[in-house]
Amino acid sequence: MDWVWSHAGDLWSLVLTHVGLSVPPIVLGFVISVPLGYWASRSAAARAVLLTLGNVLYTIPSLAFILLVPVVLGFALLDAKNVLVALTVYAIAIMVRSAADAFASVSASVRESAVAQGFSPAQRFLRVELPLAGPVLLAGVRVVSVSTVSLATIGSLAGIDSLGNLFTDGFQRDFAVEIITGIVLVLALAAVFDVVLSLVGRLLLPWSRRTGRGRVRRSAPAAASVSEQVA
Amino acid sequence: MAIEFRHVSKTFPDGTTAVEDFSLSIPSHETTVLVGSSGCGKTTLLRMINRMVDPSSGSILIDGEDISGIPPVGLRRRIGYVMQNSGLLPHRTVADNVATVPMLTGVPKRKAREDALALLDRVGLDRGLAKRYPAQLSGGQQQRVGVARGLAVDPNILLMDEPFGAVDPIVRDELQQELLRLQGSLGKTVVFVTHDIDEAFLLGNQVVILQRGGRVAQVGSPKEILANPANDFVADFIGAKRGKRRLTAEAGASGDEVLLVDAAGYAAGVITAPGGRLELATAGSSPKSRSVSNKTDQAGDA
Amino acid sequence: MILLLQGVAWLLDPANWADSATPGLLSQLLGQLGITLASIVVAVVVAVPLGVLIGHTGRGRLVAIVASNAARALPTLGLFSVVVIALTLDPQWLAPVIPLALLGIPPLLAGTYAGIEAVDGQVVDAARAMGMTEWQVLLRVEIPLGAPLIVGGLRAAVLQTVATATLASFYGFTTIGNSILLGPDSNQYIPMIGGSLLVTVLALAIDGLFALLQRSSAPRGVSRGARRTTNAARGRFITSPAGTPISRGN
Repeated sequence: MDWVWSHAGDLWSLVLTHVGLSVPPIVLGFVISVPLGYWASRSAAARAVLLTLGNVLYTIPSLAFILLVPVVLGFALLDAKNVLVALTVYAIAIMVRSAADAFASVSASVRESAVAQGFSPAQRFLRVELPLAGPVLLAGVRVVSVSTVSLATIGSLAGIDSLGNLFTDGFQRDFAVEIITGIVLVLALAAVFDVVLSLVGRLLLPWSRRTGRGRVRRSAPAAASVSEQVA
Repeated sequence: MAIEFRHVSKTFPDGTTAVEDFSLSIPSHETTVLVGSSGCGKTTLLRMINRMVDPSSGSILIDGEDISGIPPVGLRRRIGYVMQNSGLLPHRTVADNVATVPMLTGVPKRKAREDALALLDRVGLDRGLAKRYPAQLSGGQQQRVGVARGLAVDPNILLMDEPFGAVDPIVRDELQQELLRLQGSLGKTVVFVTHDIDEAFLLGNQVVILQRGGRVAQVGSPKEILANPANDFVADFIGAKRGKRRLTAEAGASGDEVLLVDAAGYAAGVITAPGGRLELATAGSSPKSRSVSNKTDQAGDA
Repeated sequence: MILLLQGVAWLLDPANWADSATPGLLSQLLGQLGITLASIVVAVVVAVPLGVLIGHTGRGRLVAIVASNAARALPTLGLFSVVVIALTLDPQWLAPVIPLALLGIPPLLAGTYAGIEAVDGQVVDAARAMGMTEWQVLLRVEIPLGAPLIVGGLRAAVLQTVATATLASFYGFTTIGNSILLGPDSNQYIPMIGGSLLVTVLALAIDGLFALLQRSSAPRGVSRGARRTTNAARGRFITSPAGTPISRGN
């Protein structure tokens, strides 16, 4: 523990670096995936293409991905953008499927009745479909957030600073305390992100709490968590 | 293979009481139908016979032997069971599905398959379907396979849990007739569960009308129940006072025929009444303004 | 892009596949597959019986969910480092196998349990009512019908393990990571690119193999309706990127 307190400043700056590395992919992944997922929910062909592509990209091992990004895009090898790009691609790969399922979960009769009431397509999307897809979208972002925070540590092997530095450095110095500190910090950061996201969800989707509290909160994230692992 | 329920009660772990102090004698070689609306405990009662459910108290006897002493697996293998959605194993062919239980009990594969083909004949299915998978059959065909499977070990007892509940009315009609024909030649002890009173009266030698909690409202033959509903609940349940079971004779048909109309005023059929008088199978009573049940050709008192 | 082609050329040069002063690509590939196989065997031995038990009895589902959540958040590199340092293991090859098996367990557990649990309750009920023993219900009904999801769990576990096994090079074990880490460690970019391509191709090839295996693991008779089943499963597991391991390593 002494080591932790004596290095609190360094640890804090690593935490901030890690936040900087993981927040943009989560946000970008969400913003890019929502329209793609909407498209996939409307067209079977789009769904097939997007989800297959996402699957293939997701299968690429992350260390290889991070190291191939600069080769393909012409960035410098030690550019943090390499990790950002790789993590964003992974985020999209997960999130597009979530978003497609989220929009598919909006019942056709609700959509029909919105059309019948005279909503324009844009109004219908923003005021009906997006909010109703919200709970499932939220569950998807939470999955993306946790895995992105954890995955960002791989960057350290490619020379990009993150909390993963504590693992490589701790290993080379044969110093378990440093490694364990890193693990705890990553888990804590993932937990903080998750809490923030669920608070944002409560704020933006108050109706999902009031009307279907048990259903939405229990079924979506819990089911997601198990099935993530299942092909 | 008579079955006897003695003061059977069942309370599930979540505290709901499905059956309370239920007693009944089920005669052998006949069809007994348990009928009631959902939640009356009829399926629970049925499932107690092959120990899919064990009673909380009371006992069930088959030919005088208390089944609580019989290991469930062995008991189930000698009792046929047909359920609503056929419950066929989706990954096995029709023939293998029918042969499942015989194979469990050690009948050689080849023999079991041959027997299965014979059973398909028996339930009116083409042998060409033997190699198909359940998903490739229609609902009615699946139910026939389900019946064949129930009969595969030539059990003395056949339990049927709303077996025709999920098929369309025309197919249901066919299946009911098929079952009557089969039962006519096999003479199994059939226990049949349904919520459809018409089905109960059609198939049952003995009909048991159940109220909530497995309370017996009335037991008897269809004739007895229609003629003398034990109480308002039964009368209401069988529709004796209204609807299509309440027929009235109307003049107007030609010659000796009298038109029968139901409570809604729809023509339900005609009955022969020489000189305007109804001839009753049983003796005596006044001819005018009487109601007749259509389903059972049974005249009852107005 | 020139670099990419150079990487391909490097991969195609037989000289790079033979051992020299350091292990060649063939040894690296075999090392990667060996570590993966050993880890998967351990993971299967632990996770499949446990998943079957949870799926069959319906007990302990919470454990399965919490375990897969935790695994998703757990950084692979950290787990790897701490196991290699903290445990002195004999034989030595256990060092990468333990963290990799730990990471492979959650997807396998979840797949197995979800596969068993997804089997139509009516079918299981009918099997029992016909007089199948619990073992017969399990072996003849639940496992064959749950096989596609179980194989799906295996697929996720294998993909994750084969990708993460690359990290073992950092800890002194021979895998394709040997070539990859030459880049960041000693500025040898061509082997880095070649190795990255090789491990990518390996992962995609294994994924493709499993896609085929998963299709053929659907028992005949349900394969016709398999599409329906899959969609139903998707409906249930709403945000699942089917076929994608979520807690990934390298």
